[in-house]
Amino acid sequence: MYAQMIKTASDGIKSRDEMSDEERTFQDKIDADIKIEPKDWMPEDYRRTLIRQIGQHAHSEVVGQLPEGNWITRAPTLERKAILLAKVQDEAGHGLYLYSAAETLGVSRDELVEMLLSGKMKYSSIFNYPTLNWADIGAVGWLVDGAAIINQVALQRTSYGPYSRAMIRICKEESFHARQGYHAIMAMAFGTPEQKKMAQDAVNRLWFPALMMFGPSDKDSVHSEQSMAWKIKIKTNDELRQQFVDQTVPQILYLGLDLPDPNIQWNEERGHYDFSDPDWSEFFNVIKGNGPCNTDRLAARGKAWDDGQWVRDGLLAHSRKKAAARMAAE
Amino acid sequence: MKNEWPLWEIFIRGQHGMSHRHVGSLHAPDAAMAIKNARDVYTRRNEGVSIWVVEAQHVAASSPSDKGPLYEPSESKVYRHPTFFDIPEEVGAM
Ligand SMILES: [Fe+2]
Ligand SMILES: [Fe+2]
Repeated sequence: MYAQMIKTASDGIKSRDEMSDEERTFQDKIDADIKIEPKDWMPEDYRRTLIRQIGQHAHSEVVGQLPEGNWITRAPTLERKAILLAKVQDEAGHGLYLYSAAETLGVSRDELVEMLLSGKMKYSSIFNYPTLNWADIGAVGWLVDGAAIINQVALQRTSYGPYSRAMIRICKEESFHARQGYHAIMAMAFGTPEQKKMAQDAVNRLWFPALMMFGPSDKDSVHSEQSMAWKIKIKTNDELRQQFVDQTVPQILYLGLDLPDPNIQWNEERGHYDFSDPDWSEFFNVIKGNGPCNTDRLAARGKAWDDGQWVRDGLLAHSRKKAAARMAAE
Repeated sequence: MKNEWPLWEIFIRGQHGMSHRHVGSLHAPDAAMAIKNARDVYTRRNEGVSIWVVEAQHVAASSPSDKGPLYEPSESKVYRHPTFFDIPEEVGAM
């Protein structure tokens, strides 16, 4: 997902007998759906895992602005441009809510940014794919934000209070994102034959990368048991992925587009669509840094950070100077 | 890292004559910028008519371990609730 391969900081799940009193009280609260708040006692591993997960989620919101930002100046109409601008601005806000949530765990935003830029922390693999044309912008809003919503709706119930509140806030804004994307792709799917072809091509290219957003298959996702027990992961990767496929297939059919995977088929017995796995070797390769845009994305973030340095420093120097003058006058 | 902008807690008054409510936090070099940023981040969809910002380091908070001493005393004082008193129906609305 936006946080895809979070290594849970723990050496396996503890039985009640192995837990200390504090750990037991903590787990009881989680089991009773009582939120954990910043000043409450929490296991160090819970704190560390959450910093990784929320940090990666925040980075994804911010880096996720790049593929869409690429098309703001080239939107086909002024209205679509205003909509896309508002959508991308929301993502900056999402990054901020999440950095703030992470900061309550004792890490600073600047530290998180440094870890992103030095490659110590990741962001979602999906943003390492390019947006080649306007149809991709529609497909991103619809499929990528659509996939993100499925994950984030589940995470509203996460055990950590500030994270849960950030998710609730974000979910309120996300359905605008998915709907504006679907609306844009509808215009193309029902437009000229050339436009329809572009819409089909966008769906074909983005389908599997969107499926990868939910992270590796359950049989390969290490440590997720502990995260489930702590309720920082609410549903498994495969459950979320299935939910996404079931929700999205009818939407593709409505557009009159071909399904991007010949193995998509309704399975009466399971009550779900069957579908092909993405190419997991591609996924791991992108995570490792070898996707089509990894270098560009990090370079863009690094440049923004460096170019903004004098603004951050200047404004801070100004406010310190004013504060000092006020003190002197008192 | 020492040059990080301070953290501000943001409170917004919603449309309907409510009190200001904590909505989140953000970084800003000073109060004026914090208000500008809060407007951009927290009121993009008509969520508010008034903004308060407080530098996070000035917020004093009770600690979770004080929960017992702080709140338990009120649990036993049931007579603080109107339902404690049985008033005959004939008396009418009260
Ligand atoms: Fe977002
Ligand atoms: Fe979004």
